Amino acid sequence: MREGVTEMSQRIHTIHTVSLWICIVIGIIVFGAMAYTIYAHRRSKHPEPADFHEHLGVEIIWTIIPVLILAGLAVPAAKTLIDIEDNSNASMTVLITGSQWKWHYQYLDADIDYYSNLATPTTQINSCLIDLFCDLPDEQGIAKPLRESNENYLLEVDKPLVLPANRKVRFLMTSNDVIHSWWVPDFAVKQDALPGFINEAWANVPEPGTYRGQCTELCGKDHAYMPVVVDVRPEAEFDQWVEDQRIAKELASGQAVADREKTWSLAELMEIGEGVYSTHCATCHQPNGEGQGTTYPALDGSEIATGPIPVHIDRVMNGKEATEMQAWAPQLSDRDLAAVVTYERNAWGNTTQDVVQPRTIFENR
Amino acid sequence: MVAHAEHVPHRSGLAAFIARWTLTTNHKEIGSMYLWFAFTMFFIGGALAMGIRLELFMPGIQLIDPGFYNQFVTMHGLIMVFGAVMPAFVGLANWQIPLMIGAPDMALPRLNNFSFWILPFAFTMLLSSFFMDGGAPNFGWTFYAPLSTTYGPDSTDFFIFGVHMMGISSVLGAINIMVTIFNLRAPGMKLMEMPLFVWTWLITAFLLITAMPVLAGVVTMMLTDRHFGTSFFSADGGGDPLIFQHVFWFFGHPEVYIMILPGFGIASEIIPTFARKKLFGYNSMVYATASIAFLSYIVWGHHMFAVGMPLWVEMTFMICTMFIAVPTGVKVFNWTATMWRGAMTFETPMLFAIAFVVLFTIGGFSGLMLAIVPADFQYHDTYFVVAHFHYTLYPGAIFGTMAAVYYWLPKWSGHMYDERLGKIHFWTATIAVNLTFFPMHFSGLAGMPRRIVDYSLQFADFNMLSSIGAGLLGLTQLFFLYIVIKTIRGGKPATDKVWESAEGLEWTIPSPAPLHTFETPPAWPITDAREDQAARV
Amino acid sequence: MPAKIKRLGFKPVQRMNRTTDNKIYRNAGLLGVLAIGMFGFAFGLVPLYEVFCEVTGINGKTAETAAKMVETTVDSGREVKVQFLGRVGNGMPWEFRPSTHEFDVTVGQANVTEFYARNRSAHTVIGQAVPSVSPGLAAEHLKKVECFCFVQQTLEAGEETYMPVKFYVSEDLPSDVQTITLSYTMFKVSQQEPTSSNEPHVSLVSTI
Repeated sequence: MREGVTEMSQRIHTIHTVSLWICIVIGIIVFGAMAYTIYAHRRSKHPEPADFHEHLGVEIIWTIIPVLILAGLAVPAAKTLIDIEDNSNASMTVLITGSQWKWHYQYLDADIDYYSNLATPTTQINSCLIDLFCDLPDEQGIAKPLRESNENYLLEVDKPLVLPANRKVRFLMTSNDVIHSWWVPDFAVKQDALPGFINEAWANVPEPGTYRGQCTELCGKDHAYMPVVVDVRPEAEFDQWVEDQRIAKELASGQAVADREKTWSLAELMEIGEGVYSTHCATCHQPNGEGQGTTYPALDGSEIATGPIPVHIDRVMNGKEATEMQAWAPQLSDRDLAAVVTYERNAWGNTTQDVVQPRTIFENR
Repeated sequence: MVAHAEHVPHRSGLAAFIARWTLTTNHKEIGSMYLWFAFTMFFIGGALAMGIRLELFMPGIQLIDPGFYNQFVTMHGLIMVFGAVMPAFVGLANWQIPLMIGAPDMALPRLNNFSFWILPFAFTMLLSSFFMDGGAPNFGWTFYAPLSTTYGPDSTDFFIFGVHMMGISSVLGAINIMVTIFNLRAPGMKLMEMPLFVWTWLITAFLLITAMPVLAGVVTMMLTDRHFGTSFFSADGGGDPLIFQHVFWFFGHPEVYIMILPGFGIASEIIPTFARKKLFGYNSMVYATASIAFLSYIVWGHHMFAVGMPLWVEMTFMICTMFIAVPTGVKVFNWTATMWRGAMTFETPMLFAIAFVVLFTIGGFSGLMLAIVPADFQYHDTYFVVAHFHYTLYPGAIFGTMAAVYYWLPKWSGHMYDERLGKIHFWTATIAVNLTFFPMHFSGLAGMPRRIVDYSLQFADFNMLSSIGAGLLGLTQLFFLYIVIKTIRGGKPATDKVWESAEGLEWTIPSPAPLHTFETPPAWPITDAREDQAARV
Repeated sequence: MPAKIKRLGFKPVQRMNRTTDNKIYRNAGLLGVLAIGMFGFAFGLVPLYEVFCEVTGINGKTAETAAKMVETTVDSGREVKVQFLGRVGNGMPWEFRPSTHEFDVTVGQANVTEFYARNRSAHTVIGQAVPSVSPGLAAEHLKKVECFCFVQQTLEAGEETYMPVKFYVSEDLPSDVQTITLSYTMFKVSQQEPTSSNEPHVSLVSTI
């Protein structure tokens, strides 16, 4: 187990090492006794069995000694636990929301929030050899070498959580759908993200660096594909980053205004839409739009993708309750939403020739 | 002594075969059916495990896509827990408990038949879900809400129904066992004179009766949440996904002790026989087993340490869980003391029993480490947990069952198994089981989460080792199947006593055991005349 | 034929020379009752859990009815930071957020804050806000005198509103708590066709 970079993770590592050694020593003693007796008291060497079958004194001793050992383990463990659960006096708070299958980070002390998606492309992941149970072929035959040269395979995201070093950061975890769990091994922070409830944890990371973890509660199909990446920066750099985000947000909103004032062509939207589709939609609805069974419906020829536009827009923006079809309105810009709806209506066998403008999306917010 | 004087319908051929096995109320026949059922389920669950390990052989998706993989993981767990381990132990109980207490049969023979026959129906329903629209259950055998309630596939309702059926089978079986033990012991056999296997089963039966209905409650709440408008587990209706976990694990923890206590009993039968020495500390063994069972009700929170429970709740669960190490340790020490200064020989049952003690203890060590809450934050939901429970279940429950089969198959079938083949099975299985599951400790400590179809590159080597081990393990179990069939069909004739130092009522009857035994109660304690007679054969 | 059957405490008669069928059925019946009782216990765990959480204050759930405003006599001057979070459940087409993210409150004093909600859809939607407090142990000390979460909220298509929460932090808040986070998730209870017939009719089949 790694020692990690925080005081808490290192104290946990010590407890782990101590308990491991206690187990090893007890194991050596007990298994050693068994090995000895197997050797020395086999019938060929020891043909007359003894006839004792109880001894109160010995039994009391080997009941009491384990109790003492356990008490010795429990005390430092309890102390460490008390310190871990002390979430007070944090200098900043981040709200972490798990959903299928990405994390959302919101800085409560600054107006910053964004989604954090897996950045490893499916070209590195999909390498089905036979399609009996597996419909994700390696179409270009390049998955294995690409994957093997990617040291952060499955542990990389588009936008990591950025934190300052040397400040106590409080984490609030919750979920939008099912139970997820946010874990950074280097911080020894793991808390389940429950829908409808918030959990707390904290970390104070002294060393800048990039720290990687994963979702640790089965949350559906892509449970293996929602990593946690934390980019810890020196305090001054972090403060600069916060400022940069503020500026970027202003720029983006300017960009968003420009996007919705423009009238886009079908070709422009199709190109953008295809990119959005393959990043966000293809994992369930498949690159060829054929979906998987009834759980992930086909879009090629579907009623929604070829029927009334408002229904299609509503489904993409607001999701479908009690299914894995999530609301994309908070996650994608007007332009991207308009593009992906346009794409779905004109790709594969769909030929509606419909064009959805970003301003239509904006009006539906 | 004819059991029935009235007219018996004359059947022949297939009709006779079907009638015999569907209508039997004989504990030996029902025991055999449970064992064969469990063996079949073991291979099905094992095939699913092979699928899992094949996919995990290398990073990337090669054979099973993510949605389907989750179905494999879920069904592997459900089938092994409810279809292999539990029915196998019930089968052993059916065969052995009446023989060991000198009873002619179980107290409620027709209920016994019914308890068994529910199972094939339940598992046909469960397995058929693979072919349903939406696929089989895919939310892990622990089926947490809301993944299983709101987001579960259509087959979830069949899963619920299947769990109800299995639960009813287990509860009825457990009632039968307890009533049999309380009422049908040979006259003069006090509770504290019963063989340990009977004791561990008595306690296991109590756990079953109290825990399985709680599981039934949980899945019923799931059903009503899914279809009848309740909100036990969803916050939007005022419910709480956490209460699912509390109620589930209130069942779940006693459940894992249900899956090991009979194994403890088996070790306590086998080791004294092959050490030629009485079990050390009989009374403590009984009290230790009872303490483990009692403690099992108050530790359920240790499955939930990352869920956000308050500090003092976590502390309480931590202390109680650590405490279970004490009676368990007492048992391990007592088995060792039984071996100490005995005169041991190492036939296959003894080999499996010793491996059981050693390897289960390793599982116990990782369990102790998991109990420590701050450290558990780094272990929870990683492969370290997978290593822990596979060590307690495979070299624990499964090796225990295999030890029992080798030990008692000569009594059941009248033939000795082939000792050389048995040893080959033992050694290959032991090597394979360690090759499969030991690396999981390391991949878990390195940070690999559970229930993932694909993993990052630093876990690749450990996974490849585990997958190779798993392949080997699967082959050794096919070999075991061959050994069992070979023994039933023929082999060196077994004596009544079979094993030189075996003690107990089951060794006073002929091998193979006649269909009806102890129709008149035997003398207890076993008289010298009987013992001499048994020794002479 | 065994000469003597040792008495076991009950009369061994008839069947199998050891005991009666009645005894067996009675034992089995009792155990069956135990099993059924445990089934009921599983359901009983639900209210038991609620009561336990209320009594011990864990779980982070605040009360579902209004607390009475208690005038403090001692002004301890103790300040606690209270943060507010607003989120919507899946499929809930509202914008929902706190007007203020956080402010410091004096323990024992009443405070008011508001949450903004707007129905973005073309339907009348009824919502229910479900609170969660972190740390869980602070939940029982965050007393809400008035809260929109006590009742369901109905918004017509496009309607927006500000919903108040009036609360105080009670003086018995454990001394090691300095920040309390109050989070509301607004879930959709139901939606209806819009009351005005001029609204574009988009039928959405919302299945659970």
